Amino acid sequence: MIVELGHYALVLGFALALAQMLVPFVGLRNNDARFIAVAPSLSIVVFIAISIAFAALTWAYVVSDFSVKNVWENSFSTKPLLYKFTGVWGNHEGSMLLWVLILALFGALVAIFGNNLPPRLKAGVLATQGTITAAFTAFLLLTSNPFIRLVPAPIEGRDLNPILQDIGLAIHPPLLYLGYVGFSICFSFAITALIEGRIDAAWARWVRPWTLTAWLFLTAGISMGSYWAYYELGWGGWWFWDPVENASFMPWLIGTALLHSALVMEKREAMKVWTILLSILAFSFALLGTFLVRSGVLTSVHSFATDPTRGLFILAILIAFIGGALILFGLRASTLRNGGMFHPISREGALVLNNLFLTTATATVFVGTLYPLFIEALFGEKISVGEPYFNMTFGPLMIPLLIAVPFGPFLAWKRGNLYGAFERLWVAAGLSLLVALVFAYVLYQAPILASFGIALAFWLIFGAIADIWAKAGLPKAKPAVAWARLKGLPRSSWGTALAHAGVGITTLGIVSVTTFEQETVLTMAPGETTQFVGYDMRFDSLEARQGPNFVYDHAVFTISKEGQTIGVVEPENRVYVASRMPTTEAGIMTMVFNQYYVSLGNKIEGTDQIVVRVWWKPMVTLIWWGTVFMTIGGVVSLSDRRLRIGAPKKIKPRRVDVVVGGPAQ
Amino acid sequence: MTSIRAFLFVFLTSIACVPALAVNPDEILPDPALEQRARDISANLRCLVCQNQSIDDSDAQLARDLRVLVRERLVAGESNEQIMDYVVGRYGEFVLLRPSFSMKNLVLWGTPVLVLLIGGIAAFSYSRRQATPTGVLSLSAEEEARLNKLLDEQDNSEQ
Repeated sequence: MIVELGHYALVLGFALALAQMLVPFVGLRNNDARFIAVAPSLSIVVFIAISIAFAALTWAYVVSDFSVKNVWENSFSTKPLLYKFTGVWGNHEGSMLLWVLILALFGALVAIFGNNLPPRLKAGVLATQGTITAAFTAFLLLTSNPFIRLVPAPIEGRDLNPILQDIGLAIHPPLLYLGYVGFSICFSFAITALIEGRIDAAWARWVRPWTLTAWLFLTAGISMGSYWAYYELGWGGWWFWDPVENASFMPWLIGTALLHSALVMEKREAMKVWTILLSILAFSFALLGTFLVRSGVLTSVHSFATDPTRGLFILAILIAFIGGALILFGLRASTLRNGGMFHPISREGALVLNNLFLTTATATVFVGTLYPLFIEALFGEKISVGEPYFNMTFGPLMIPLLIAVPFGPFLAWKRGNLYGAFERLWVAAGLSLLVALVFAYVLYQAPILASFGIALAFWLIFGAIADIWAKAGLPKAKPAVAWARLKGLPRSSWGTALAHAGVGITTLGIVSVTTFEQETVLTMAPGETTQFVGYDMRFDSLEARQGPNFVYDHAVFTISKEGQTIGVVEPENRVYVASRMPTTEAGIMTMVFNQYYVSLGNKIEGTDQIVVRVWWKPMVTLIWWGTVFMTIGGVVSLSDRRLRIGAPKKIKPRRVDVVVGGPAQ
Repeated sequence: MTSIRAFLFVFLTSIACVPALAVNPDEILPDPALEQRARDISANLRCLVCQNQSIDDSDAQLARDLRVLVRERLVAGESNEQIMDYVVGRYGEFVLLRPSFSMKNLVLWGTPVLVLLIGGIAAFSYSRRQATPTGVLSLSAEEEARLNKLLDEQDNSEQ
């Protein structure tokens, strides 16, 4: 019954989303205030309906109702409760339902918090959002319905893919979807601006917080996914340039560009047309990612052809939205006037440079991801585009961009002084060179390229500190004055510095682990000790154990240095009961930022020996710490007064208890 | 099985044909220089039965065969290029993780350069157009006077 209720709610959500699309558009066309005013309440009701559908599916998972086909295919009665919850989105149908839920959530958020948006703009945004919601709800109902029943009901389920039975599944997809779908709001804003033919600094001020929100979730989501792959796959890689990763990376790159161009538009009314185009592109890449992953086209053009319904449906959605938006853009973009002139050497110029490199990088990833499909469709030949290609193309594109980053905040709007900027940055430049020299030559005897990478990373970090340092008026200002200035700095300045430093931290991790990583592979029997990068690793035990829905080999290694025990790592090899699928769980010991990474291989037949692979990963965790800084930077920037006032948030009435709580008479 | 295609975790499953270890201890060459060359070559060769994995990272039997083959040829004294050519001749270009610089791959290799060039020229000409003051009309004397009046009024009201 509850499942049917959910099914009904989903159909209702579809019907209401159609209304959310049509009624405000008609209102906009006829300039009918009543039709326009209905948009917010409709968005909220759509969200409620889809939430009910989502709750119903979750309930079916929690009680292991195997009469629901989707639950039977992806769950198991003894599966831990957490994975019963997260298993809801660990499959195609459920994850699309989550996608639609978040789509509706963002619509509802605009409806609730957008009180001070101009009514026409708000209605246009919500109607566009309704169109997207209706399209994807139709996709769910027609090709991927999660509520289909089985008669008779099976007794036991087929279990969730073992690799997905991890805390990573609880966090990664929702974060990623919040990011992906968050860009739909920017898209809706862009479409409305084009339809209305109106775009100004206020528009940019509305769009920026939404871009920032989507961006910070996407940053966190990608980073989380990378760490998940790192410890789950068992060979210590953290980024594979896999098409599915690229599908999430492209919206991130374009979103980062949008974040910066919207800044120019807000402050200087320049780059309007470009910002609109980026808003459209960011969501287009999110849609493209959905298509690539959902259609199966990535494995091969042929596997797409064998079951094309879903793929074709999403392709139709993709073409309709991207094509429609770009046509609209072509027709209306010329009506938008660009204001604000600037010299090439200026804050605007730096942000244009940022956009140039980020867009080129996106194009590179795009071509690299789709080229094998293109060649196969065109010539019938199969080629591979893998990591070496991206290292050769994407890498060099990032270097000039990263060198330029610290200059940006030091250049004035309109006309900047490059020499003046460098004058204030030379300490940062000198320090980063010094650190790189000490670090690379004395400590590791590193190759010249690695020293350059390390200098670049510290240049970003010190550059961000120098930015704050200079804004405080240091070293000239008195400490008290500097402190007051620091307190008075807009939060967006802190956000910029944090995020830019984060990029440096991530770069440092990447350079360090790619250059100085060490690995060894050997066969060991329990009781044996081996030496690796100055540590002794003793193989204590290997025993077979029983997990909730898997059996596993559990190994214990004690790591010590000069007789002192430092820690214990416990890698596992699991075999899941239902699917007979093996997975590895790496044993990881973190020492500040470095990691000792141990992974088990096959047992040697007829002996008690097992293949053991060990990595020393210096400063590897900085890769993810950097993204934490970027995300925090985003959050801090989002709390900026400028955005709070201009943006979709109601100003709270002044609290009365301030007076009540004052000093006693 | 649709669950395997679950969003974004596809790569978790698909690239891990069989999870875990690749190079096994018995494969490693005694000469570290030769072994390093073997690793460098392996990183550029695709495991043909996996989705996006080099033979160095894959535990599939075919990847193992290729690793052993690469090492045998290294020991026999062949150069890196000779080995690559041999493997491509046997398995086709699909085996290369970095496609060749051929006409067919012109768009692939050309895109980054071309987009950067065209974008750079466009951005530069845009900023030049912006910087030249031809588009700006200076205020007429009358407008100037009105502007000053307005600014004065504002100053007065702020005081």
